[in-house]
Amino acid sequence: MLAQLWDNYLEVVAMILFGIGFANLLLHKNLIKKIIGLNIMDTAVYLFLASMGYIESRIAPIATNGDLNAELYVNPIPSGLVLTGIVVSVSVSALMLALTVRLYQRYHTLDIDEITTLVRKEHE
Amino acid sequence: MDFIKNLAFFSILLPMVSGPVSSVLHGKTARRLSFTAVGLSGIFSGILLWYTLYTGEPFVYKMGRFAAPYGNEIRVGCLEALVALAFCLIMFLSLLGGLKFLKRDIQEEKQNLYFIMINLLLASLLALVYTNDLFTGYVFVEINTISACGLIMARGWGRNILAATKYMIMSLLGSGLVLISLSILYGITGHLLMSNLHESIVKIMEEGTYVEPLTVAVGLFAVGIAIKSALFPFHAWLPDAYGYSTCSSSAILSGLVSKGYIFLLIKFFYRVVGTDIIRATGVDDVLFAFGIAGMIFGSISAIQQTDISRMIAFSSVAQIGYIYMGFGLGVEMGMIASVFHILAHASGKSMLFVSANGLSEVSDGSRNYRDLRGSAYRHKWAGAGFLIGSLSMVGIPLLAGFTSKVYFAEAAMNAVPVKMIITLIALAISTILNAMYFIRMCITVFTPMNEQYKVEGFKGGLTYNLSMACFIVITFVLGMLSDPIFNWISQGLSQFS
Repeated sequence: MLAQLWDNYLEVVAMILFGIGFANLLLHKNLIKKIIGLNIMDTAVYLFLASMGYIESRIAPIATNGDLNAELYVNPIPSGLVLTGIVVSVSVSALMLALTVRLYQRYHTLDIDEITTLVRKEHE
Repeated sequence: MDFIKNLAFFSILLPMVSGPVSSVLHGKTARRLSFTAVGLSGIFSGILLWYTLYTGEPFVYKMGRFAAPYGNEIRVGCLEALVALAFCLIMFLSLLGGLKFLKRDIQEEKQNLYFIMINLLLASLLALVYTNDLFTGYVFVEINTISACGLIMARGWGRNILAATKYMIMSLLGSGLVLISLSILYGITGHLLMSNLHESIVKIMEEGTYVEPLTVAVGLFAVGIAIKSALFPFHAWLPDAYGYSTCSSSAILSGLVSKGYIFLLIKFFYRVVGTDIIRATGVDDVLFAFGIAGMIFGSISAIQQTDISRMIAFSSVAQIGYIYMGFGLGVEMGMIASVFHILAHASGKSMLFVSANGLSEVSDGSRNYRDLRGSAYRHKWAGAGFLIGSLSMVGIPLLAGFTSKVYFAEAAMNAVPVKMIITLIALAISTILNAMYFIRMCITVFTPMNEQYKVEGFKGGLTYNLSMACFIVITFVLGMLSDPIFNWISQGLSQFS
């Protein structure tokens, strides 16, 4: 069991990071820290994907000298997935930051619980 | 005839192009363009429905030059076409009904931005319905989330921005779980196309290797989608998001956004994992338990509300519970009932939100039920729509809600005895609870009162009345002519595997 975990240490680290990011996004009150959690969570998934696609002693999947033997190269699909995922996570981070800016300008705090109380007061 | 096969792709591409184009147009032109795009996508889906029923079998449309397992695919069967048609139709009617409120809530020069979100939302919904590739599904889930967030905050109040933030946080948790589940699935199978994934998963189950990672992946995917579609314990974001946004946004969010995710989950269960393996993992039992809890607690929360929009929003939690309960029954009939309930709830809830906005319009803009007294007499079409919608949600015969409840009860009779008893009791309790708040609200709005709130020279508006009439017709059609729709759903589901 321990040997298995040691062999796949990249995946283990990825899962731990995912847990940290998930808990941060869910439990933190501060909106900026929530966004940091979101990015840790997404990055952990990319680490997981990249470590799955990498094969020891092979090179990046770019055919430079016309050699089309697939055995030479690492799996290119996880890298493609990571790139797509990065685009998605950049856009949701940007949107979250924009929302945070709007909330901060209006309520002068980043604490989401405090903002909730302020909003409730505003509409009473 | 082969040209028809392109229509599924066109119906996704059309709103996807008209969205960015809207950004440079004036509000009025953007509005016309969006109505055209939504209408045309609906017509395309209708033609596809006719075509798939005519040929009697689904077809796969290859995207780009690469064949499976490398390329991307769209798959169209009669179930996909039916759901896509329903989504387009309900979105069209919600926009039509909410047009008047849109002009009031959003400045003219910013309206084109609203229609970008509408177009992107439609494109992502149709892509979720038609795609045959799980990763494409994930990307469109995110696009769906972003555009839904835009719809929630369109009104620009502090309250809307807070609701949008809370919605984003929960949605991002959900999509994080979906993404990690896809990565695990890709790790153990090496595929992302649904049909190839299914073959590998069947092989894995036969060999008995990687059963635990598979169970984890299925569980994470189901939980991720459950968070995004507001299944009971994850519904905290829902009432604010649905309750305070502008009329079209509430109608579209409650009717369509969560349903798109649920449809992806159905495809995941049938096309990727296979229903037998889902039952073996026990994920469906968990969904069943949460669905039942949602049915009861959603209604109890709805009873406590005094704000009509929040009441309808909490009722959505209960109805989503019904859909997940159908998944969990573990019989074919339960899934058919769930899909039927997706259609019934999508039309009914959109109608309720549009009519609630009409009722509050003639009551000084108040949504409190005390102020709404007698409003049905001041705005007759909204009153009629609210009455029909409420009766349908409660489950009065001839209406859509009744038919889906009959299907759920029928499905329960085929399930294992424990689930049968729990389901029937929960259905009975939930119907009584539904009746408690919907009938109370109906009695309130139909209680005649003095002339105090009389609105001079009030006209509902042609677009509003038209959309209300169409919603009422749809509710009756789903209730009375449900047999062909039932057959299409069951044919589509059997072609899924």
